[in-house]
Amino acid sequence: MSRIVLRNLVKSYPGGDRRATDEISLEVADGEFVVLVGPSGCGKTTLLRMVAGLETPDSGSVHIGDTDVTSLSARDRRVSMVFQSYAIFPHMKVRQNIGFGLMMRKVPRPEIDRRVADAAAMLDLSDYLDRFPSQLSGGQRQRVAVARAIVVDAGVLLMDEPLSNLDALLRLQFRAELKRIVHQIGTTTLYVTHDQAEAMSLGDRVAVMRDGRVAQIGGPLEVYDSPADRFVGSFLGAPPMNFFPALVSDGPALSVGALSIPAPSSLARFAGRTVLVGVRAEKLAVSTDAADGFLPATVEVVEPTGASVLLTVRLGDHELKVQAPPTFDTRPEASVWLRADPSTMRFYDPETSLALTV
Amino acid sequence: MRRFALQVFCVAISLFMAAPIYLITLAAFSSRESLNEFPLPLVPTDPSTETLSGFLSSTGVIAGGVNSLMVGLNTVVLALLIGLPAGYAVARYAFRGRQPYQLFLLLTRALPIVVLSVPLARIFLTTGLYDTTYAVTLLHTALALPTTVLITAAVFVAVSPEQEEAAQIFGASPVQAFVRIVMPQALPGIAAAAVFTFVMSWNEVLGAAILTLNQRTLPAQVLSTLSFSPLAYRFAGGFALVVPALLFIAIMRKYLLNMWGTTLK
Repeated sequence: MSRIVLRNLVKSYPGGDRRATDEISLEVADGEFVVLVGPSGCGKTTLLRMVAGLETPDSGSVHIGDTDVTSLSARDRRVSMVFQSYAIFPHMKVRQNIGFGLMMRKVPRPEIDRRVADAAAMLDLSDYLDRFPSQLSGGQRQRVAVARAIVVDAGVLLMDEPLSNLDALLRLQFRAELKRIVHQIGTTTLYVTHDQAEAMSLGDRVAVMRDGRVAQIGGPLEVYDSPADRFVGSFLGAPPMNFFPALVSDGPALSVGALSIPAPSSLARFAGRTVLVGVRAEKLAVSTDAADGFLPATVEVVEPTGASVLLTVRLGDHELKVQAPPTFDTRPEASVWLRADPSTMRFYDPETSLALTV
Repeated sequence: MRRFALQVFCVAISLFMAAPIYLITLAAFSSRESLNEFPLPLVPTDPSTETLSGFLSSTGVIAGGVNSLMVGLNTVVLALLIGLPAGYAVARYAFRGRQPYQLFLLLTRALPIVVLSVPLARIFLTTGLYDTTYAVTLLHTALALPTTVLITAAVFVAVSPEQEEAAQIFGASPVQAFVRIVMPQALPGIAAAAVFTFVMSWNEVLGAAILTLNQRTLPAQVLSTLSFSPLAYRFAGGFALVVPALLFIAIMRKYLLNMWGTTLK
């Protein structure tokens, strides 16, 4: 087991107009599961490949355990990896695929057999060891790739969007299974995905990336509840966080158009300034009746999802997503009233989009 | 209706290609006398190996065959030795001018062999390579390289680079990754490229005829004696030259289809 320490990693590709990773520093503790999540082109895969030794950084350093591995080749880093395309070897049987890493490290034959059998059992592949990959389903191929990665018992496990080629149902099943397996073997894990739900569900910590930088890193609930900037709030969560501008008036209160809603007292020092209010769809209370402190809005779209009803409403010039109870009865163009608990509201600088410390 | 027309078209093309081959085979297995009959029967009436054995025993044919074999095999080895790494580079690395390079490779085939051979003959005369199988091997390697590079590149493109990376992550050196992961998957395609090269060399006649006098390859030998040889000799010679090509297509059909199914980016 080893921790990963990345310092000021810079990587740019020839012909690229900006850096793929821009001075990224990151620490993954021993045994920790960190997920890198972000839109495509944010540099998350580049970062992972630099840890793997498949890309060389322009500057900065990669430490695994106590060793500086920046200039070591991939095979000398004692890392293990699951690829997006699985990258299992089509000309080898499942048994040889899983055992490849052990064979290359010259592990004695009986031990290879034992460890391959263990890994196969863990991933329900015991009955398929003598098949070729072409005789397996996509989900089983993915299992082979994971088995091949965990069998070598490397200090660091790297995963590059391992679930993205599976269909939705299988992805959900395998996600939980993957979490169980990784927890069981306790390896330090760095996991890349563009799927925010996957990131939230798997990570001990989630690093949200954008434009080659880490926008925010923290526990899944922390980044979900208190996004460090507007981008993180809109990227994490389905639906994304709602944002609307409001003027801070004395009291303190928030003026949205002609209406006023209560604000946390700590906002007083921003009196007279316009701030961006961020609030999650499920934190907005919604009612069909007018009441004090509620803002009137017009329903535009009603989407029942089973567990709840997702409303798209118009508040002045702004469109908001509201998660209402499944029994909430409304239809397009009806009026509803909204209220947000001051403690659930987050505030952002309208110019920099960064969170205001309130 | 369109389907029918297409089938007629296919049959017509096949007949056009197959008829000469059939006639040559027929003639090669007929006796010397029956070749002079008129009208010539279109089915084998009197099969005989007399013509073929006569051809094989005439001066220079066996030596030419051996030369052809040597040139062919050496060309295959040399073309793969140079072409394989080039094909790998074209498939794996994005380098400046890769597209023009691929186009340029094909363009070299547009150069007539005669144009190439005369200056080559001069060079080989001064270097002492003239009238050796090495001279022909060098020429054939040059001719085979473009196809070798392009075919092997197509084969390497079909093996995902992630597989090589995975092999390296799990402890293989770049060479081991190539030998254990890429080669086994590329082997059929490489074999196809090799046979393709061999047949090209086996059939190439112009350059071989210009660059040699005594060390003739089989086609060059046949060509040089063509004008004053009997009819039977010509048919037997034609048959001996066409058979390897046919065998190649029969054996490599599957691989060739696979290969042409993959696109080069």
